[in-house]
Parts: sequence; structure tokens; C-alpha cells
Amino acid sequence: MTFRDALGQAMREEMHRDDRVFLMGEEVAVYQGAYKVSKGFLQEFGEMRVVDTPITELGFAGVGVGAAMVGLRPIIEFMTWNFALLALDQVVNVAAKTLYMSGGQFNMPIVFRGPNGAALQLAAQHSQAWESWLAHIPGLKVVAPSTPYDAKGLLKAAIRDDNPVMVLEGEMLYNTKGDVPDDDYTIPLGKAELKREGEHCTIVTHGKMVLVAMQAADSLAKDGINLDVVDLRTIRPMDVETIATSVRKTNRAVVVEEGWEVCGVGAQVVDYIQRDCFDDLDAPVVRVHQADVPMPYAKNLEKAAKPDLAKTIAAVKQVMYID
Amino acid sequence: MATKKKSDEKAVQRPADKKGNGGAGGNGTGPSTEVRGDAKLRQELLRSMLLQRRFEERCAEAYALGKIGGFCHLYIGQEAVSTGTLSMLRPDDYVITTYRDHGQALARGISPRAIMAELFGRQDGTSHGKGGSMHIFDAKTNFLGGHGIVGGHVPIATGVGFAIKYRGGDQVCICFMGESVVNTGAFHEALNMAGLWKLPVVYIIENNRYGMGTSLERASAIHDIYERGAAYNMPRAQCDGQDVFAVRKAVGEAIDRARKDSIPTLLEVRTYRFMGHSMSDAVSGTYRTKAELEEHMKRDPIALLRHTMQDGAEIDDAWVQKLDEELKAEVQAAWDFVELLHPCVVEDLWKDVLVETTSQEHTSTPG
Repeated sequence: MTFRDALGQAMREEMHRDDRVFLMGEEVAVYQGAYKVSKGFLQEFGEMRVVDTPITELGFAGVGVGAAMVGLRPIIEFMTWNFALLALDQVVNVAAKTLYMSGGQFNMPIVFRGPNGAALQLAAQHSQAWESWLAHIPGLKVVAPSTPYDAKGLLKAAIRDDNPVMVLEGEMLYNTKGDVPDDDYTIPLGKAELKREGEHCTIVTHGKMVLVAMQAADSLAKDGINLDVVDLRTIRPMDVETIATSVRKTNRAVVVEEGWEVCGVGAQVVDYIQRDCFDDLDAPVVRVHQADVPMPYAKNLEKAAKPDLAKTIAAVKQVMYID
Repeated sequence: MATKKKSDEKAVQRPADKKGNGGAGGNGTGPSTEVRGDAKLRQELLRSMLLQRRFEERCAEAYALGKIGGFCHLYIGQEAVSTGTLSMLRPDDYVITTYRDHGQALARGISPRAIMAELFGRQDGTSHGKGGSMHIFDAKTNFLGGHGIVGGHVPIATGVGFAIKYRGGDQVCICFMGESVVNTGAFHEALNMAGLWKLPVVYIIENNRYGMGTSLERASAIHDIYERGAAYNMPRAQCDGQDVFAVRKAVGEAIDRARKDSIPTLLEVRTYRFMGHSMSDAVSGTYRTKAELEEHMKRDPIALLRHTMQDGAEIDDAWVQKLDEELKAEVQAAWDFVELLHPCVVEDLWKDVLVETTSQEHTSTPG
């Protein structure tokens, strides 16, 4: 099953399970979804539960927040997370903080989801990775699935969670395939997964970079270098224990993300590692991330800007003092 | 002040109203919605308004003494808007507002003690001391806050309207806002969706003519700001916000339209604040003259109602004085009570950031 269909299946199952769940966003209904994640939904659930909005990110994010405050369970789709910048007042100042400001009276069982990060040659305004902005905020949960299996399980868990959950997908992930059981399973939020085991070095990563890390693990295994690949799955709250267990075993870490360097998610991972595994490290942690530039359009420039397989392999070798 | 009302383009079918004044009626167990009501109702309106006035006066004092910190935006002068509006609602209706929320919270029936405890930062406050003046919330009365970002709560009101319609209910959502809100993007987006989807929300602009110190005329390209409703195909009107009956009439018509036909209204209520924007701001001098303020204070909404009732020989000076002493005592008792309360427990700093729960399966036929 594709990552796209796994997300669709998750939403479909949850909308059948709980009639308070509804989907709202641009082109989700009549157009069948900008990325076809909600294909067939309008026909199945009707126009009250699958709602096309005008182009009003701040407005419809607020509509979701209002509906959540009075007991519905909205899934608000951003066509891409880039456009969600307009909605951040609702996400940060209301969704994240209302439970606290109301002294526990109003919780926000809301999911905000959509594709995050770069695709191909979409240029600067359509290529940003938003996890570090969102993960900064107490009161939010932030998840980034990397496989179809994780996509279904995490999205179902996010919809059932009674807090605001940000789900960061990826256009480049939608067509990837993997095994997805038909049954009703969820993946707990706040739990990372060791997707590969090896004794020489840990890669900590999330989202589409997990695929790159797995490729790096395959390639390096041929040279006898075996990697632990820790897929964070949830950025906030981050599963520090799984990271620390791995690094205590391998003594070396590379942190790979598609976002920028400064104040990126990787910076936080490195802080956790130095805090909990200082005496276990044989080398400073190395980070792989996007170049500190807005994403350029030209194909070769974009490739130079993005983190990739070659840069990841080089980082592992660097942390292992090879070459 | 003449009340101008524009109807939605399509004729709105309404069941025949016996009294002919557009009262909401509800299921018969709601509040008395006949505009001027009887003598008893008028006494309740006066009590509600005067309670707000005495409460806010003591808040000013408390703020000066350092017992209330941060921002404190007082409602003095606008009491007919809160009382006029909220006296027309059912308990199961929803209310959302800005940071100038004390008056509306009191008019909704939230206890003065609980509000004052919140302002004084005590555990027993409406938000357990976590919110403060700008963030009064009360789930029991469907009072959805108390919001600090200008315009930020307006899309939320649209969302509440969406939820009401989704569930097939006949509640309405009242959304108070200042006149500065109408220039925000959030207002535009929120009203467009409400007009497009026909949601049961009454958007009430409390036009007190000034933002912090910027007059309406210096902020908005048009001055009859209720006319902005035309952009959203929305019924719209303005009324005199110092006259509690004018407010009840205009709000009652809008509530009726929302409840029966799920059509939103943009209502501009013209009022005036007698204090500064907040306790940190000048009352007059820079952006408005003392003379202007004094002129407006002649139309004190409480005095207007009181004179009407006295002219009708329903009450006399002695009655008013007795009521005033009662309310002052009530507010003093709240102050005394709150002073004795424990401050917040520091360990509660970490509480209510997230909830631990997840949802159970849920199927029900709406409405």
C-alpha cells in the first residue's frame, strides 16, 4: 500500500469509528484531494464531513480550533505546511495554549496535517520543513511518519489523541510503498523506532530522511559498517530514551534532517545526546541538514542544498574517523 | 440613534411571532426575550450592569495596588452591550470574546469571586490562575474565553457555528469584538466562511471608537463598519450600545435569525469606554479630549436605564441606593474572600499543558 493510501485508510477508519471526526481543507472534497489522500471521501462521507474551504489558512485553522473547543474532532489539512505559516496564530496561540490558559477546561482534540519539507524544484516558498518551529511549542504534539505502516498507525493515534497533533507528511513520501495491515492498529505517540540495528554508529532521523538513512545503512553494510537507525516518528515529545540507548551502544551519532541547521530539530537531538550520553561518545555528533539557504529552483542547485545519501555516508565516515 | 437594518437578499421565512418583536423564545425555558420585558426583568438588567460597574471600579483599585498584574482592560461604559446581549441567550448558547472580558463574564453569570480570584492569580480562579484577566474561561456557561490576539477568536466563533450546524443543533454563538478587529485578516476570513456556509453566529462589534489610541476614522477605510457585512452576503445592522433595550432588540433579531435559519449577522453596537484601553493606558489627553470623554459619560448606560425606570415609577432613589450598597458589598466580599485564598501551587505549573486521554468510539445521530 502507498503512504498516501495508508493515510487515507487511517482517516477513513477513524471517521467511521467516531462521527465527530471530520476533514476540512482546500480541495479535499470535490477535487478528491490535492495529493489524492482524500480520494473518494466526499462520496463516502458527504459534504458536512469532508469540507472544501476557500483559501483561508488562518480562517479555517481557526474554524477547526473552534469546532474542537466544543467537542468535535477536526482533521485540518494544509495543502502544504508552507501555507500553514499563515495559520500559526491559531495553531500556536490558541490550539497549543487554550488548555493551559483555561486551567484545564477546554482541550483541543484536533489534527493538523499535510505535506512538509521539500519536493522537487518547488523553490523557496514551497520547500520548507516546519518541524522545528512546531516542536518548540509546549501544548503541541508533532509527528513525522516515514513509512506507510507508520503513517496509518501514527495518524490514527493522532486523531484519537485529545491534544493538538501536527502530522508532517511529505509529497515525496506519498508514492512510497510498504506493508500495511488492514486491522485497527495505532502507534503510540512519543515512541521512536529502531528501524535497523548495528553496532558501529547511530543515525537519528525522521520523515523522508529515514529512507536516506536506510539506504546509507545498506551501502555502508557492504563495507562492514553497521548502523543503528533511530526513526524518531514523534518529534515532540521526543523519545530520548531510545536515542540514548542506541548511542550508549554505538558511541557515535549522526543526526540527519531535511530542515536547516540553526535551531533545527537536530540541534535538540544533539543536546539530548550530550546531556545523557556525554561519557559514551567517542566523537562529536555530526549533523546532516539542508544548506543554510532558501531552497533554490535549479535542479543542480537544489541537489547541492539538500541532505542526501552521499552526505549521510560522508557524515558516518566522519564520525567514525574513516577516510 | 436610528437603527438601520438590512435584510438578507432572500426573504427569510420565519414562523409567525406572536409578540411581533422578533424575540427568540427558544423552548420556553429560556430567558425572557421580550425586548423591554417586565419590571422584574428591568431590575435584573440594572443589577447586572451595576454589578459590572462596581466590580470593574474595584479592579482598577486592585490594579493600582499591584494585586492584579499584567494587562487589565476594563469594561466601564459598555455594560449595556454585555447585559443587553447576554440577557437574550439560552444557557446552551456559546459566547466568545476578546481580552476585555470581565463585563461579559459577569453578565453570563460567572461568579465575581471566581473572576476576581483569577485576576488576583489564585488557585481558585476561573483558570486556576493560569490565564489572568485576558483569559476568563468557563465551560459550565459555554464561555469560550477571553482571547488576547486581536481578531484571533473570530475564526473560532465561525468554527463553533460550524459545530452547531454539524450536530444539527439550534444553539447560537455570540462573538464580541472591538471595532479594530474588522480590519484584521482573521475577521475577513471568518465572516466569509460564516456567510458562505450559513452558520449560526452573531458577530457583535463593540465599537467604542478607539483601539488603544487610534480612532476608527484613522484605522478603517469606511466608518459605518457594519456595512462590511455586505462583503459576506450577511445581514447587518447597527444600534445604540448605551441603550440596553436597543441592544436587546438588535441582538434578539440576530439571534432569532441564527437560531431559526442558521444565518449569521454582523451587528455594530456603538458604545464608548470611560477608562483607557487598559489600566496601563491614558484615559484621555493624547488621542481624545477630556471634553469628549465627559460628553460621552453623559450617556452612561446605567444612568439611562435607571432614569427610564425611575420615570416609570418602578424604582426610586432609595431602591437604587440599596441595590448599589448590596452590589458594593458583594464585590467587597469577593475581594475579602480572594485575599485569603492560597496562591497557586508551584507544582501546578506543569499541569494542563496536555491531557492524557484519547477518544473512545463514538457514533450518534446528530440533532
